Amino acid sequence: MALLLNEEQRMLRDSAQTFLDTRSPVAALRALRDRRDERGYDPEVWGAIAELGWPACALPEAYGGLGVGYQGLGAVFEQVGRTLAATPLLSTVVLGAGLLTELGSAAQRDLWLPRIAAGEAILALALEETPRHDPTQASLRAERESGGWRLDGAKEFVLDGHVADALLVVARSAGVAGQSHGLSVFMVDPAAPGVRIERTWMVDSRNAARVQLAGVRLGDDALLGAPDLAFDALERVLDRARALAAAELLGVIGEAFERTVRYLKERVQFDAPIGAFQALQHRAARLYVERELLRSCVAAALEAADDASAGDAAALASLAKARASDLSQHALNEAVQMHGGVGVTDALDIGLFLKRGRVLQQAFGDGAYHRERYARLRGF
Amino acid sequence: MLWGGSRMRFHSEDQRVWFERMRDRGWIVPGWPKAYGGGGLSPREQRILEQEMRALGCRTPLYNLGIWMLGPVLLEFGSEEQKREHLPPLARGEVRWCQGFSEPNAGSDLASLRTAAVRDGDHFVVTGQKIWTSNGDEADWMYALVRTDPHAKKQEGISFLLLDMRTPGVTVRPIELISGRSEFCEVFFDSVRVPARNVVGGVNRGWPVAKKLLEHERAAMATFSEGGAPTLDTLATAAPYLAAAGPVWRDRVAAALMDQHAFALTARRLREAAQAREDVAGLAAIMKLVQTEQEAAKYELLQQIMGQRGLSMEDEGVAAQEREVCRLWLQTKSYTIAGGSSEIQLNIIARRVLGLPT
Repeated sequence: MALLLNEEQRMLRDSAQTFLDTRSPVAALRALRDRRDERGYDPEVWGAIAELGWPACALPEAYGGLGVGYQGLGAVFEQVGRTLAATPLLSTVVLGAGLLTELGSAAQRDLWLPRIAAGEAILALALEETPRHDPTQASLRAERESGGWRLDGAKEFVLDGHVADALLVVARSAGVAGQSHGLSVFMVDPAAPGVRIERTWMVDSRNAARVQLAGVRLGDDALLGAPDLAFDALERVLDRARALAAAELLGVIGEAFERTVRYLKERVQFDAPIGAFQALQHRAARLYVERELLRSCVAAALEAADDASAGDAAALASLAKARASDLSQHALNEAVQMHGGVGVTDALDIGLFLKRGRVLQQAFGDGAYHRERYARLRGF
Repeated sequence: MLWGGSRMRFHSEDQRVWFERMRDRGWIVPGWPKAYGGGGLSPREQRILEQEMRALGCRTPLYNLGIWMLGPVLLEFGSEEQKREHLPPLARGEVRWCQGFSEPNAGSDLASLRTAAVRDGDHFVVTGQKIWTSNGDEADWMYALVRTDPHAKKQEGISFLLLDMRTPGVTVRPIELISGRSEFCEVFFDSVRVPARNVVGGVNRGWPVAKKLLEHERAAMATFSEGGAPTLDTLATAAPYLAAAGPVWRDRVAAALMDQHAFALTARRLREAAQAREDVAGLAAIMKLVQTEQEAAKYELLQQIMGQRGLSMEDEGVAAQEREVCRLWLQTKSYTIAGGSSEIQLNIIARRVLGLPT
């Protein structure tokens, strides 16, 4: 294992770059936003992505997995970040397929994983209930009933929740909010009686649904894995999502940074390109340094997601997500500031990078959350 | 750490045996040609040796500026005579070198140096002053930048000169720093006669040699810090104070550990990329900056966590580690200044890596 991409992963990265530049450039997100697209993504692009095999990148080989692992998928996510491509990859492939692979029965996996690999099913994780990410805070009730379960409660920030074919709902079947024990994951049909889903419009022009469950009745076959014991598997899946969100942020930051450096070379004031001024040079150089440090952390987190012997996957995921979150805030603010007046116009793309970065910063925990978690994992 | 030269001192018998065995194989400088006392190893063989030494936790057998910096530029710019005279003693650890670059009025703006070397027959007569010469009082020889043409444009009148520190007219004076006595010295030259054959790379053509040498210095400082310099463990040192210090300090310690973790992973990525023959110029350019700033920030943090206990270098009433943190807090202030200040590193990144205009 290595922090560098292998030949196969580099080819995947290059083909992702070419594909996204032509089929899903930043203008595509802008178009989705401007027409207030009800879905929030382009099904034709998603179909083409499935043909390229991205949803199968990290699936078990029995389900058509590509064998390029999370490092390969991370290379794709970085490119997704560069063009701000709106796809259900994170919700469906990383969270949905991830939980099914970790917890699902053979029947559940056989039903869903091939459809996910083919791009025919979209899944969404309904986890968050509090303003700030914290999986242990889940308190949506799951009560035992004769022959099954009954779910009551509400979720928010459900990525791709309004277009999902199935919701993976994290519910509390025992214990109280704040405890890791007592969490269970259920597969819920969005069309089931008692389910209400409301699409939201986030600042990044993407979506994250509010989901309400009122007396939703489920059979035992809706439960993923054993009751009460979902937390460890959920954290493993969330750690991959954290690493991949960090990879996407690496792309968001990288593209905004490169556009900013180009602007510093072009924009002339006081008879000189503004990039000749040391005050701006040093700020740009600092961003470069931080971007390189982040790249190493993201690579290490993905490496550990593929191979547990390469390092502590949880600590590395927290390291990568904390740095990506903090740097995205700093670097994208700097990108806007260094563009000056044009930086705060809607016509320029740089604002779209700022907005996407801000949503990804909060997703699955920000810098403060992951510093706290890292400290805990290091034993203090 | 073992430094070579005529004043070499072994701290233990094991250290002497390890040094002599490595020396006898030419592995003090494994990549140099055998003709100059090196090991004659190919780049691939050197990597294997490095990996094995790392895996076994071996120490670097000898530290010497000559090895990291002078040797590579002599191999590139030196005459055959200079290589045969200076490289084999270096490879045997017999000569310790110091660097005479900075002057009182030539720090970050190195090319404005003024120490004069005036031709007199087959000698140059050197007059002037160098400063921040690390271990000048321990060194046998100095490689120095001197001005051989006061009328040329400033980079074009400089020569790269090798001089014996025992030559009459050389005076060395250690500098006391805010952290106490230091390795840094001032070196004064009063009509010091140096053979003209000791100019490397041609008269008035020393600047390209120096620039190349500084690249080797940046690379060396990064690896040096990775494998060598003794340094306190952040978490172990902070741990006893954390409970009383409160959650803000826990967050700051976590942030410092994460910075260090990110740097270690980047050092690993740099190694892997260099081994894969990728272009690592950009990555290499950040290492000195990050390493020295992190080291300085670490002692800022540790001192503050210790509160009032971290404020004395000599009070026997506080723990030895508390005095050590106070001293290192001051000592690490020089890290971000010496060897190209952080501001110079940022200039290099901005201009050479990002291609921003000057």
